[in-house]
Amino acid sequence: MPDLNRLWDVLVVGGGNAALCAAITAAQAGARVVVAEHAPKPMRGGNSRHTRNLRALHPAPTDVLTDSYLEEEYWDDLLRVTGGRTDEALARMTIRASQHAPGFLRDCGVVFQPSLSGTLSLSRTNAFFLGGGKALVNALYRTAERLGIEILYDTEVQHIEVQEGFATEAVLSHRGFPARLRFKSLVASAGGFQANREWLRQYWGDAADNFQIRGTPYAQGRVLRNLLDQGVQEVGDPTQFHAVANDARAPMEDGGLAMRLDCVPYSIVVNRDVERFYDEGEDVWPKRYAIWGRLIAQQPGQVAWAVSDAQAIHDYLPSVFPPHRADSIADLAGLCGLDPAKLERVVAGYNAAVRPGTFRGGVLDDCRTEGLAPPKSHWARRIERPPFHAHPLRPGITFTFLGVKVNERARVIMADGRPSANMFASGEIMAGNILGQGYLAGFGMTIGTVFGRIAGEEAARHARN
Amino acid sequence: MHATRPAAPETDTVAEARRQMEICNACRYCEGYCAVFPAMAMRRDFTAGDLTHLANLCHSCKGCYHACQYAPPHPFGVNVPATFATLRQEGYATYAWPAPMGRLFERNGTAVSLLAALFAMLAMVVAVAVQDPAVLWSSQTGPGAFYRIIPLWLMNALATSTLGFSVVALAMGGWRYWQATGRGGAAPAGVAPARDAAVDILTLRNLGGGGHGCNDLDDSFAQTRRWLHHAMFYGFLLCFAATTSGAAYHHLFGWTSPHPFWSLPVQLGTWGGVLLCIGTAGLAWVKVVTDPAPVARRLLGGEYAILALLFLVSATGLLLLAVRHTGAMGLMLALHLGLVLAFFVAIPYSKMVHGLYRSLALLRNARERHALRRAKTTQGA
Repeated sequence: MPDLNRLWDVLVVGGGNAALCAAITAAQAGARVVVAEHAPKPMRGGNSRHTRNLRALHPAPTDVLTDSYLEEEYWDDLLRVTGGRTDEALARMTIRASQHAPGFLRDCGVVFQPSLSGTLSLSRTNAFFLGGGKALVNALYRTAERLGIEILYDTEVQHIEVQEGFATEAVLSHRGFPARLRFKSLVASAGGFQANREWLRQYWGDAADNFQIRGTPYAQGRVLRNLLDQGVQEVGDPTQFHAVANDARAPMEDGGLAMRLDCVPYSIVVNRDVERFYDEGEDVWPKRYAIWGRLIAQQPGQVAWAVSDAQAIHDYLPSVFPPHRADSIADLAGLCGLDPAKLERVVAGYNAAVRPGTFRGGVLDDCRTEGLAPPKSHWARRIERPPFHAHPLRPGITFTFLGVKVNERARVIMADGRPSANMFASGEIMAGNILGQGYLAGFGMTIGTVFGRIAGEEAARHARN
Repeated sequence: MHATRPAAPETDTVAEARRQMEICNACRYCEGYCAVFPAMAMRRDFTAGDLTHLANLCHSCKGCYHACQYAPPHPFGVNVPATFATLRQEGYATYAWPAPMGRLFERNGTAVSLLAALFAMLAMVVAVAVQDPAVLWSSQTGPGAFYRIIPLWLMNALATSTLGFSVVALAMGGWRYWQATGRGGAAPAGVAPARDAAVDILTLRNLGGGGHGCNDLDDSFAQTRRWLHHAMFYGFLLCFAATTSGAAYHHLFGWTSPHPFWSLPVQLGTWGGVLLCIGTAGLAWVKVVTDPAPVARRLLGGEYAILALLFLVSATGLLLLAVRHTGAMGLMLALHLGLVLAFFVAIPYSKMVHGLYRSLALLRNARERHALRRAKTTQGA
């Protein structure tokens, strides 16, 4: 039974990568650290459990990264996806520090996959965790336990006592029992609020009921809300989230990565009214997959169907749930609950607009439509070979952008612009400082690792003084 | 074309394995662990034969379980090591020859234990019943000491008939498995794949996880099972070499056992026996202390039983060496030979068959890997 009455040096709220990097760094600096993880042990790790890699700067090839990836290119990539909604100083600091993130994680027992040159387009920029995020989380917890860090599972932090930017005590529910915990420094790494449907409803109304939460159901945003309500400065658009095209039949929470569908560029996508609404072939999928969640969220009923034929089925990764399959477009519409006559018209209209070209999956080819609105700019092939397929789609939310403002030492900034005396933040709860919109694959884990280490270092330093 | 070829049967376990592989094939986070996941990724649809092949490719290293975001208590409940272990066992039963003997896999721990007890008892009873007590209980020394307890012709007859039967049964089982799982797939045979498969078998590459090891005990990485299995496997081979060299001594050079301690057969047998004891005891210990979640508990009885039998075979062999100049030699020899015969008979109807099916699966996998590499090279050219 942990001693909840003592005065701890550092309380880390959260149990994902950002939280554990902070806890481990603080413990290595000599602090007595306690981690409050809302989830039970088997579901620990927040959204890190579902991740796979992190994006790391490297001037030369390493055993897990090919070629090189330098600051300017990294910065350009970030600038492009965020459309400039970022903090250049924080972003560049993160990018530079990312060079040392894989080494730190490796010292914590994380195993990386050897670089797979050519097979994955990301193997130049991103280091892959062998076995994925849960294996990483396991390694970090093992390291934390070895360092004597107290880990409280099933422990929800419900309130932080904050007086003029100084946090003193946390109100917890520890395995269902109320408790209070005193500390010298606080690291908030409790994630966003994407699993809090009531909160999402404030911005999205009833549509929020149709959003699937891809990751942990414990991202309720309780600590985020609590801090913002006590004078911490907010950052990021509260209405915005990162979302992908998910299988409509996925579980409403915690369906994870395998629920995403890659079929969009090789299909046409119609909404409930059997209308196309966006160019499915605008760009290669890694550059477009993150916009489709939002696109579907804006459709009536927050649902869509990706329709293709027998020749497309091998162009994308297999799906967990099989697509609807029929020998005619009308029958396929029936299986989807769509208007058969209208779907036949839409497919016929699309087929008539397809120009001849040479199909090349994964690269921008010359298969496109002409005179169609919206157009399909690449990979446009006639949908004519039965059996026809339809994958039902819904928006799958990965994370929200709202966060607490921090400075380059991970210190939380109060609404009046002054830094908090003893509150620090890392991970999704502060990622909005750098990622104002959009997403760069593996960058969330980079932010979590970089800011986790800084937050842990600063929290331990404050506790010592 | 092959309409009469027997197909692997559809069972609940096959359906469950298919459900899990369809999740894994959309996720693919585990592609770096072992041969199973790249082999899975070559496929989109999974026939019962494919799944049986993948199950036999699995070495139960459990890396994929501890890394799985869909492992219980997630509702998807993905547990590939336990599901594949159950599917392997179903295959052992399905392809056993003669077919009715497959039922021995249902309560395999009991079956193997009873077999061992029966043979050990019979051997001792027969030795006591037919042998002159004056010979059986007195110390025997000099050339032919063992054969004064049990005549050489009888030893040879019993060993040859039991082992011979087992080899035939194994071969028939392997043939039936190969046929039903698709005759090694479409990929062509060749020397290079066979060489790769041999390396995989002899080094247990798939228990190495690329150098950092497997999740032997919990979610930490270790090579414990790999080294223990090596001790057992190579200990077994040393014992086999001891028997072979003993036969050569006898038939080629006319040197009759017991041989001196420093002779080749005794040295090979001693070190082989020591390694076998370490390997089998160690593997049993791993089974006791490991995280039980990714383990198919229903199969543990049979696994413990065959490890115990192998341990007893080697331990009685070592004891026989220790007491061979005393009056206890007679009974120890009978006990040892009884257990050896029980082991020979148990080979096709116990966990021992995994060696054959795993090797066939590795061979097929090596062929598929070579074919894929060739296809990629052709594409790139």
